[in-house]
Amino acid sequence: MMKRTLLIAAAVLGLSAPAFAAGETPVPPQLKWSFQGPFGTFDRAQLQRGFKVYREVCASCHGLSYVAFRNLAQPGGPEFSEAQVRALAAEYKIQDGPNEAGDMFERPGRPADRFPSPFPNENAAAAANGGKAPPDLSLMAKARTYERGFPWWITDVFRQYSENGADYLAALMNGYKEAPAGFTVPAGGHYNEYYPGHIIAMPKPINDGQVEYPKNEAGQPQAPETVDQYARDVTAFLTWTAEPHLEARKRLGFQVMLFLIVLAGLLYFTKKKIWARVGGEVEGHATPPMTHNP
Amino acid sequence: MSQHPTTYVPKSAFGQWFESRLPIAGLIHSSFIAFPVPRNLTYFWTFGAILVFMLVAQIVTGVFLAMYYTPNADMAFQSVEHIMRDVNYGWLIRYLHANGASMFFIAVYIHIFRNFYYGSYKAPREVLYILGVIIFILMMATAFMGYVLPWGQMSFWGATVITNLFSAIPLVGETIVSYLWGGYSVGNPTLNRFFSLHYLLPFMIAGVVVLHIWALHVPGQNNPTGIPIKSGKDAVPFTPYATIKDIFAVVVFLIFFAYWVFYIPNYLGHADNYIPANPAVTPAHIVPEWYFLPFYAILRAIPDKLGGVIAMFAAIVIWVFMPWLDTSKVRSTAYRPLYKQFFWVFVGVCLVLGWLGSRPAEGWYVIASQICTVYYFAHFLIVLPVLGFVERPLPLPNSILESVMGVQKGGAGMPAGANAEPQSKG
Repeated sequence: MMKRTLLIAAAVLGLSAPAFAAGETPVPPQLKWSFQGPFGTFDRAQLQRGFKVYREVCASCHGLSYVAFRNLAQPGGPEFSEAQVRALAAEYKIQDGPNEAGDMFERPGRPADRFPSPFPNENAAAAANGGKAPPDLSLMAKARTYERGFPWWITDVFRQYSENGADYLAALMNGYKEAPAGFTVPAGGHYNEYYPGHIIAMPKPINDGQVEYPKNEAGQPQAPETVDQYARDVTAFLTWTAEPHLEARKRLGFQVMLFLIVLAGLLYFTKKKIWARVGGEVEGHATPPMTHNP
Repeated sequence: MSQHPTTYVPKSAFGQWFESRLPIAGLIHSSFIAFPVPRNLTYFWTFGAILVFMLVAQIVTGVFLAMYYTPNADMAFQSVEHIMRDVNYGWLIRYLHANGASMFFIAVYIHIFRNFYYGSYKAPREVLYILGVIIFILMMATAFMGYVLPWGQMSFWGATVITNLFSAIPLVGETIVSYLWGGYSVGNPTLNRFFSLHYLLPFMIAGVVVLHIWALHVPGQNNPTGIPIKSGKDAVPFTPYATIKDIFAVVVFLIFFAYWVFYIPNYLGHADNYIPANPAVTPAHIVPEWYFLPFYAILRAIPDKLGGVIAMFAAIVIWVFMPWLDTSKVRSTAYRPLYKQFFWVFVGVCLVLGWLGSRPAEGWYVIASQICTVYYFAHFLIVLPVLGFVERPLPLPNSILESVMGVQKGGAGMPAGANAEPQSKG
């Protein structure tokens, strides 16, 4: 009975920890991201590497349909040069038309075009991928999250923790493991530690050394060519595609906060001065017993 | 104060000519300049001004969003992303609007609970209070329909769950639901009518707000002591005293607002709503916005669908009867030692209900929701009526001034010739 009462109390107070229940998903580790916190910015080199991973690995199945080539050159993103973006766009075939003869035609991409999807339509994407179309990745870093639980959902507000989507994505790409004994993975499914329910249709997308990173002066790759690093880089890139104005937002936010705090300070003293005319501010009520004359 | 002070005399000849034809300047003067305000109001009384600000902010940002938004099931999601990516400062306007809804509700809940604590709903302010309940209901409808507009997964499924509630109504339920949908499921016609209503309702809110403020200016504001203004010394003129305090409070609230907008703009939303609506895939947990959670918990606490719907609506409608359910003659909870405890228990129950609303409806969560729901209604139907008879309130001060300045120096609290003398009865 006592145990029961405690259970109710725990449930009411939000102390039940879902992570400990049998067969549950582990909590993704919280990684260090350059874009977290009030002054966070993207690491250009990381976004460029992440784009390379997307292009060479993810793009064979996943679209990026809300992103235009020109975005890659915009401030606050990977900041490729205009010439690089023009050259990149020209490598893609874009269907256009109809022309004067009424025919659709293909032309090389231009910076203003959006990334073409790898499949002509959703049904084709589903048919080629075992019945379920691979989701578009433009917004993926904001469209996924994981359960935070009490009291972390409160502390998150003060820590400005908004990288839950990024942490989940990075964990997912690192989460391909052997299924534990007794866990049957159905045909066409793959075991992933962090995927809800553990059975994900996507096979392990990337292996160590699969994508070649740009070399530094010493001839060494700029960053380790490992699954873990690929996962971090492509996640950073997808965070930018999901929130392309993140840097501008945080920058403007600091200015707005500063302005408002100064304004509030000035108003506070103005208010004090005005209220001094009537002998200062008095608020509320006296503690009741004090006004009581026995 | 039942008559507005009419001491306003326009200085210019044109002003006098105009005033004798449309006395609007005099109305503004008596309502927002000379209007006597209890001098002991705390910052809990600034939320009215904050709410007016939030209503205007929501309308202004909403008007700009509507210039770019496309209310079409195939294009709505895309048009929101267009605003977020390509429109200059579109991301700012949209985050202001989306987070603004939450800020609006934070402010309104503080405003409502201030009213509960200080007994502002009691005579002679019943009509003022009921108008407030109507505003709150309109706000809920507006917010719900606004959340549907981005046409993400949670928009779609939230709309499906909530509109389906009306099907529980006997006989006409199904008909009502098909009118809400404009078809046989949530779809493009639903989105179109929700957009239309989402644009309409805020202006209805603005209309009821005018009535709310009008009704406020008849009996005047309540205050932390709950006793009315008895002499001019209990009050100060609205301008500049309340005006500057309200402006300061609005700016402090803006700092709070800006923090969400610029640093954690998606915290109060759902990740699922960044997935385009898909009628073929149901999200794992369909959860409404945080401000609906206590009512959602009440809805799900009742095992019967119709019963749940009735309980959920009753949870708000019961507020209307509060002025008559509360039998205590004392307004302010400061002088009600017993009720003060029940008040905080009630606040706790509402918070727990909110948390339970975010949990899946299974196991202990359901039982806890049921216990809290019973308590929620018991607060109104048992605690409020009974306490008025059994509670011995603390002695009330003779006047606001006596309460805040102490009996001895009561009269001396005001500087000689203070311009605080309201031009009203006193």
